[in-house]
Amino acid sequence: MPMPAAEIESLIKQGIPDAKIEMRALADDGDHWAATVVSKEFAGKSKLQQHQLVYKALGSHMGGALHALQLQTFAPK
Amino acid sequence: MPNINEQLQSIVDNNDVVLFMKGTPDFPQCGFSHQATQILRFIEVDFKGVNCLETDELRQGIKSFSNWPTIPQVYLKGEFVGGADILRELFQSGELFATLTEKGIPFKAPAGAQA
Repeated sequence: MPMPAAEIESLIKQGIPDAKIEMRALADDGDHWAATVVSKEFAGKSKLQQHQLVYKALGSHMGGALHALQLQTFAPK
Repeated sequence: MPNINEQLQSIVDNNDVVLFMKGTPDFPQCGFSHQATQILRFIEVDFKGVNCLETDELRQGIKSFSNWPTIPQVYLKGEFVGGADILRELFQSGELFATLTEKGIPFKAPAGAQA
């Protein structure tokens, strides 16, 4: 079951309200996405912890309905 | 037969570098597993590839063992590093070389990389 970009964005926003999110399709099947997420919450955290925050926001969707999400996270400069 | 968590713990305890992946290093079965394999091979680090597609127990077990929802997953000296995206970022930033050096894991740094 593909997951639309808007839904992915909105889940991330719910978990990380200040997140600035850019979605990019990796394939035109509506199922493979790349997301760049920028949030103040990432400051001082390792990449592992940053990705964990995003995965937490996505909850059980990640690895389930949403099976291919390339993720890049940054704290704002 | 030890339970799945004990089996996984023993794999990460007994191998300096482990890639839990979909498929094998020679035949990765997803793009992310392929990418992670390529990075590890490029720096000529000796790693154990574990094919999580072999059993459902392994496929589900590694996700709860690491508390991480996706495969591939990389472990260095028993420490969970992350998935393919994190491995790539650490590789590109040079942090991966610093970590490998710090942990005493042999690898070949690409020309021009900051070790």
